[in-house]
Amino acid sequence: MTTQAPEDQASRPASAGDVLRVEHIAKRFGAVTALVDLNLRLARGEVLGLLGDNGAGKSTLLKILCGFQPPDSGRILLDGQEIHLRSVDHARSLGIDVVYQDLALIDQLSVYHNMFLNREQLRGGLLNNRAMRRVARQRLDDLGIGLKSVDSPVARLSGGQRQAIAVARAVYSDAKILLLDEPLAAMGAKEAALILDLVRDLKRKGDVSIIIIAHNYGQVLEIADRVNLLQHGMITLDKPAKDTSVQELNDIVVAEYRRALEERRRSA
Amino acid sequence: MSETVKRTEEVGVGAPPGPVPGKGPWADLTRLGRTFAQQREATVFVVAVLLVIYFGFISSAHSNFFIRQDLINITQIMAPIAIIACGEVLLLISGEIDLSPGFVFLFAPYLMHYLVDFYGVPAVPAVLIALLFGLVVGAINGFFTVTVGVPSFITTFATAFILYGLTLYTSHAEPSVPPASVHGWIQGWFGELSWSELIMTVVIVAIFHVLLTRTRWGLHTIATGGNQLGASEAGVNVARIKYGNFMMTSLLGAVTGLMVAFQLNTIDAAAGGFQPMFYAVTAAVIGGTAMLGGSGTVLGAFLGSIVLALLLDGFQLIGISGTIINTIFGAAVLVAMVVNVQLARVRAAGRA
Repeated sequence: MTTQAPEDQASRPASAGDVLRVEHIAKRFGAVTALVDLNLRLARGEVLGLLGDNGAGKSTLLKILCGFQPPDSGRILLDGQEIHLRSVDHARSLGIDVVYQDLALIDQLSVYHNMFLNREQLRGGLLNNRAMRRVARQRLDDLGIGLKSVDSPVARLSGGQRQAIAVARAVYSDAKILLLDEPLAAMGAKEAALILDLVRDLKRKGDVSIIIIAHNYGQVLEIADRVNLLQHGMITLDKPAKDTSVQELNDIVVAEYRRALEERRRSA
Repeated sequence: MSETVKRTEEVGVGAPPGPVPGKGPWADLTRLGRTFAQQREATVFVVAVLLVIYFGFISSAHSNFFIRQDLINITQIMAPIAIIACGEVLLLISGEIDLSPGFVFLFAPYLMHYLVDFYGVPAVPAVLIALLFGLVVGAINGFFTVTVGVPSFITTFATAFILYGLTLYTSHAEPSVPPASVHGWIQGWFGELSWSELIMTVVIVAIFHVLLTRTRWGLHTIATGGNQLGASEAGVNVARIKYGNFMMTSLLGAVTGLMVAFQLNTIDAAAGGFQPMFYAVTAAVIGGTAMLGGSGTVLGAFLGSIVLALLLDGFQLIGISGTIINTIFGAAVLVAMVVNVQLARVRAAGRA
């Protein structure tokens, strides 16, 4: 049923630069097969766009990678070492961090308290707000996220600013791999530009490897080094971003829709 | 980096800079006023001041208001409300409520009395065990709410009745007195001496204010109530926070029960109950605590309990008859809250 063979995914030699490799991952939920035989690699410092329609298996893959649930079969290699993720905390301790779109921040807390949540700096047992405020300011400036005040509660910020703060928090949590879950969904052009710029800056610094999970091809193609298309629980396309286009990706997905429609008609 | 500059413009937050402050005492006062108005407790403070002005200068009872006995009276009404409110503020902020502290209030002094008079336990351990009992009730509330998953409204409603029945059954609904061995410094410092209740209240309010605003516990309490999923995502131990806040609230219920028993030199089966808890929750909400969690202040609840105490005391001074006083009190609470909300709206408009 696949038309586009993934570009020699399995035959490519294990590059020393791969920070993450996912090999032959499968996951079923009762009668539903979410992931079939999924192979994926992420090079150090790379930004990988993981694209796919609703129901393609994106969230299942995300949950496996962040330690929320184990795969039925297959293996995950971090820096060439096989790992068995036991929990979200375990994944985080290994440097794999997820930034969810809505869940991340506490509306009522200030920007700097959000950035330091559960990693607070203390002095004499009490919160060292002055230090946290200063470091938060410094970090946001370093990342090019210009906020006028780190004291305002995040409830007053826009979607883009909130997302940027969530990403900033993850960047400073010693994350080696950042999984950004739909970071641009429900965001205006200006807002999205803020996040895209932030990802670009992170890429330039090269300390962190990023997987962006999204279904908006255009925006992801702008910043990703490489894109993978996920369909029916497997990667059906793996190309450098510069060698593909919104057109090509659209055509594949539209062809998929057509086939599904025809099947329905035939069975009806 | 030009990108950064551009982004700074786009994402700027906060109020635009106001007029440049001038010099001189007038400008200092204005600045002071503005700092005051930015405090969340400012509005309930204004309400309290208005009440003091009314009862102290305008009402028919003004000549009896500022005398020593009346001020002591006000603090004795205020203290149990304010102390229980400290716990309720933390619980409400973390997204839960406790209906039972007034029944820990009821049982704790009886427990002390049983231990000393029936089991020969010395005074200090007996008091400590009565306090420990509060912590145990809080842990039970936490267990059923957090671990089993029963809504806290139901859990603590149930513990309230369990404790109520336990008290009536064990005491045969008979009043008693604090045992002889606690007379002296224990009873004096923790309730009997004129200003001891005020001092206890101020110390407890100060501790809980610092706990809420300056410690990880407070920050995690806000995070838990503000966004429980997000907080646990960030690694906050949400269950521990809730257990702890339940335990502190029940502990404060026990503290208050002992304090009032010491003050009145009576252990009374008609004491406590739902009333102190409802006063405390009302004080917290008047003071700006959100009933749905995520925000609130201990100082606001303290001021809220002062407002309630001023109303209760003031209406007595004016001589409103015992049968209608509840109606007047209810209406006054409503008015105080409306004034508070209106002032808060003005404050928000001034900030924008």
